[in-house]
Amino acid sequence: MLALAVFLTPRVALADDAAFTAAAAQLANDDFATKEEAVRKVLELRHTGSKPLLAALLDGRVFVRSSDMHVFIATSGDADPLELIEPVTQKPAGTGKADEFSKITTNNRLRKTLRGAIASFDLGDADAGVRRAAVKELLRTLDDDTMALLRAQIGKEKDPHVRADIEQGLALQDLKNDDKKVRLAAVETLKNSLNPDAYNALVSIATPAADGTYSEPDQDVRSAADAAMRKIAKWRSFYAGLETLFFGLSLGSVLVLAAIGLAITFGVMGVINMAHGELMMLGAYCAYVMQLLMPNHIGASIIVAVPVAFVVSGLVGILIERGVVRWLYGRPLETLLATFGVSLVLQQVVRDIFSANNRPVETPQWMAGSMEINEAFSITYNRLYVVLFTLAVFFLIQIILKRTTLGLKVRAVSQNRPMARAMGVRAEWIDALTFGLGSGIAGVAGVALSQLTNVGPNLGQQYIVDSFMVVVFGGVGNLWGTLIGGMSLGVVNKLLEPYSGAVLAKIFVLVALILFIQRRPRGLFPQKGRAAEH
Amino acid sequence: MNAAQVWARRLSGRSQSAKPPPPPRSGDLLTEHGPDAGPDASRGVILYLEDITVSFDGFKALNALTLYIDSGELRCIIGPNGAGKTTMMDVITGKTRPDAGSAWFGQTLDLLSLNEPEIARAGIGRKFQKPTVFGEHTVYENLQLAAAGDKSPWATLFKPLSGEQKDRIADVLDTIRLKDRVAARAGALSHGQKQWLEIGMLLMQGPQLLLVDEPVAGMTPQETERTAELLVSLAGTHSVVVVEHDMNFVRSIARKVTVLHEGSVLAEGTMDQVQNDRRVIEVYLGE
Amino acid sequence: MATTMTDSSYLGTFEQFLPRPLRGDRGGQVMLAVLVFTVTLVAVLNLAVPASSALHLSTYAVTLIGKYLTYALLAVAVDLVWGFCGILSLGHAAFFALGGYAMGMYLMRQIGTRGVYGNSILPDFMVFLNYKELPWFWHGFDMFWFAMLMVILVPGVLAFVFGWFAFRSRVTGVYLSIITQALTYALLLAFFRNDMGFGGNNGLTDFKDLLGMPLQKDGMRVTLMVASALALALGYLACRYIVTSRAGRVVEAVRDAESRTRFIGYSVESYKLWLFVFSAVLAGIAGALYVPQVGIINPSEFSPINSIEVVIWVAVGGRGVLYGAVAGAILVNYAKTVFTGVLPEFWLYALGALFVLVTLFLPKGVVGLLRTRKVEA
Repeated sequence: MLALAVFLTPRVALADDAAFTAAAAQLANDDFATKEEAVRKVLELRHTGSKPLLAALLDGRVFVRSSDMHVFIATSGDADPLELIEPVTQKPAGTGKADEFSKITTNNRLRKTLRGAIASFDLGDADAGVRRAAVKELLRTLDDDTMALLRAQIGKEKDPHVRADIEQGLALQDLKNDDKKVRLAAVETLKNSLNPDAYNALVSIATPAADGTYSEPDQDVRSAADAAMRKIAKWRSFYAGLETLFFGLSLGSVLVLAAIGLAITFGVMGVINMAHGELMMLGAYCAYVMQLLMPNHIGASIIVAVPVAFVVSGLVGILIERGVVRWLYGRPLETLLATFGVSLVLQQVVRDIFSANNRPVETPQWMAGSMEINEAFSITYNRLYVVLFTLAVFFLIQIILKRTTLGLKVRAVSQNRPMARAMGVRAEWIDALTFGLGSGIAGVAGVALSQLTNVGPNLGQQYIVDSFMVVVFGGVGNLWGTLIGGMSLGVVNKLLEPYSGAVLAKIFVLVALILFIQRRPRGLFPQKGRAAEH
Repeated sequence: MNAAQVWARRLSGRSQSAKPPPPPRSGDLLTEHGPDAGPDASRGVILYLEDITVSFDGFKALNALTLYIDSGELRCIIGPNGAGKTTMMDVITGKTRPDAGSAWFGQTLDLLSLNEPEIARAGIGRKFQKPTVFGEHTVYENLQLAAAGDKSPWATLFKPLSGEQKDRIADVLDTIRLKDRVAARAGALSHGQKQWLEIGMLLMQGPQLLLVDEPVAGMTPQETERTAELLVSLAGTHSVVVVEHDMNFVRSIARKVTVLHEGSVLAEGTMDQVQNDRRVIEVYLGE
Repeated sequence: MATTMTDSSYLGTFEQFLPRPLRGDRGGQVMLAVLVFTVTLVAVLNLAVPASSALHLSTYAVTLIGKYLTYALLAVAVDLVWGFCGILSLGHAAFFALGGYAMGMYLMRQIGTRGVYGNSILPDFMVFLNYKELPWFWHGFDMFWFAMLMVILVPGVLAFVFGWFAFRSRVTGVYLSIITQALTYALLLAFFRNDMGFGGNNGLTDFKDLLGMPLQKDGMRVTLMVASALALALGYLACRYIVTSRAGRVVEAVRDAESRTRFIGYSVESYKLWLFVFSAVLAGIAGALYVPQVGIINPSEFSPINSIEVVIWVAVGGRGVLYGAVAGAILVNYAKTVFTGVLPEFWLYALGALFVLVTLFLPKGVVGLLRTRKVEA
């Protein structure tokens, strides 16, 4: 009744400021019934100050001045002195000492009324998002009034999403209606909904309870619900599949990032760098340090962290190459062992500098949250950005390798070292730079990882085996192998997860890889020309 | 030329341009005269190559090549680069399948129906240009590894070499004249010695036909001389086909020389005959 | 490398009495002599000398030595496939751990009613996880002979299956090493799961006795140490037998020139496979002796780092020389014990540096240093 009345009443003129103030003053009354009455009046008046006052009341920010019983809104309910706002004008009204005021209290029932009232305001808001939220709120406290309100809104509502929400919400209610036709119509409406509530409601109609009885008496309605339920189930599994695919791609892109650097050093130099994981770990710590240095610009810190991590990990990589790897040229197994030693040292260094515990890395604002495609499928931003980032890095590297002089020299050295040297290419420098490039990419991968997983000294160890798997699977002849290999492994892993759990899925993938190696011992895209082992 | 004349010619040991009728085929090759039984050289010819043609992408590496090797012979194959010498060896050992033609080992073994390991077991041994001995093992161990016999893990683990095999090693060591270096690491041998060792490893298999590819490349004159002696000593009990470029070496060992050119036989005969053959002179430009 | 030619004019009279694999193996003879001497000395100093005397060796020392000896056997197993056949297995600790688990399962069953929950059939952790009955794969482990059979079969069969697939497809070099690492990693993940029935992340522990004898008693400890020494000696002899036989020549040929060996007519895959399986069984036996001495087996034994550490023991000692593996295992583990007691933060630096320095400067290990003094043939 209340909301309907409000809705149908045209906006009143500002001359009713006095009525508003009087109603507001009534809120100060101790009796809750009177307060409800006051709320109703405020609502009916549809004053510009009505909604803010009601919202503030819900928030616990409405105070009455003991001296003259004038009602004010405060910016914050706990401050002293209170910063005051005049409810009628919404303008600041100075400050006042907290002990001169007393807060106007609410109880559960009053808050419920307030929420409904505010929602009914919001139904008329320009922003579709606000309207949707209002609809959700109203559906929570449905009574005949709000139902009528919502039904009326359907006709006026331009936004299809909001309209759908209302229709579904009302349909859910209609499932309980006495009239069979109404129930059938409700089932029909709900048939297209991906809302889990709708699905559950249909399921409970169509399936019998443990003792064999049905909550729904009519057979037609039950079969309609059953058909609707199956249709929705099909769509839900389709979207679940899409979601799995997305998760798989996001996991895969992490693997790709982790493996690209390794594929480059292994493909070009035939070196398996066991410290690769630690180079990623260093990159993740760069992200952490950047956040420490720029605590007020978390969003920017992560963007800055990318080149910083590239440089840091790249330099460490060059150090490793010059100091250790180049003396072991042509001995891949020894290189593996020596770089493993380096990885141990790096881990310990980080433990000594930062501590053995994980370090917290925040997600910047622009990466938080998710994009809801529909009720069965939403994409989290951080994963989406990681996928896009991976693709960007991949194409950037392809450009570097294919279009720049450095890339040309790198490819020359990897295909025919003596010839390249004869043509003036300084092979030792190319080795160092290639290693640096691969390590730098590992660092960048670490920055991405910092957003998805815990940052600690053991981060490298978690991903090193996976990176190897990607390299073994994709082959080192072509970076596309790494991309396809990583993405496939990620997707396969996620596909298996619902059936077997994350750990067993990993085991299956490892076993499958061992079997795959039977057919293609050098991976999908093997190295042509020079052998991958010297 | 009628069949009788052809056969008469063959029996007299001169196999020249005319094509003899194909050798008799027997029934079930693999059981009666399978690769493990070795070739049947009762008619004096150990290798028949007839009309062998091999093309790679339109280029004819071998062009209707016809060649016969007599049993116990030491034949030298010479020819300019690209003449088809290596391809011919590939066909014999089963590494390459010809597009046309027939190849027979002895009377009964159709080389074109056997795979590489079977051909090796049948008694054709090939020594490649680069010596590939096991550098970390001693000369004795190299020969021991190459010894014929059961090569399964069980046998090598529990059964020592039979007396016969040990004798064979001693014999081969004599033949290749490395007895005084028997305990030396093969990697420490000179280039020539490594080549001999490799020939020795080949001999351990007991092959009837040896295909030797450019054995004296990179050898000192003394080593070359010794290699010649070695190969000559092998002839008779074995049939040896040597591919070489070094004309002096060829002259020192060859009784019969075949000149290949552009995939087929250009000339055949003694070294003198071949060197004075007009066609050969043209092709070699006065070599 | 020793040759198979054992011309007796080269040998002293003493060596004629040695088993054939030991002849000409000066290093091995020394090692075994030291082993026998040390073990006897330790046994005497622990059991016969009273506790109050300064010469008494504590039970801790006995257990430590026993542990080193099992590590030495593991190192020998790795050296067999790596030093002699070129198979760098980065997952051998998996076989060690599997053998250990087999023994652990036997010891768990022996606890019987003496466990916390007092269940005669179900070990404590199963009662805790509400198991109603013993899982099928635990049956039989109450019998010693069965457990010992499993110590040999489980690592052996796994090695066989794995090797069958890996070697047949001609996977070699670093790719093979990575796959072995993946194998142990997969096992690590699997055994960490609490619902696998192997005790989950806590592993198997609280053992009471073996074959009726309590594990804690000095006499038992010494017995286990002696058993480890015996296993090491026998394992060493068996490996020596292999590498001095013709098969050993073939295996080394495979390491040096695989295609050439295949070309001569040897089934390279068979040799690799059987050597790998034998090595895995040795590792399993080592693991089975390790567990009663340290009193626990848990999934972290499957960690890739454990396997890589074994490789460094072999590298430090000298690969391709079996007694070098023994020396390396004992040296490095002794250093580890010393370091982690005195400067624990430094141990990882030391270990990492060890990896780098040994590969760069000591490719032939400590033994190689000693041997360059001798004249080579």
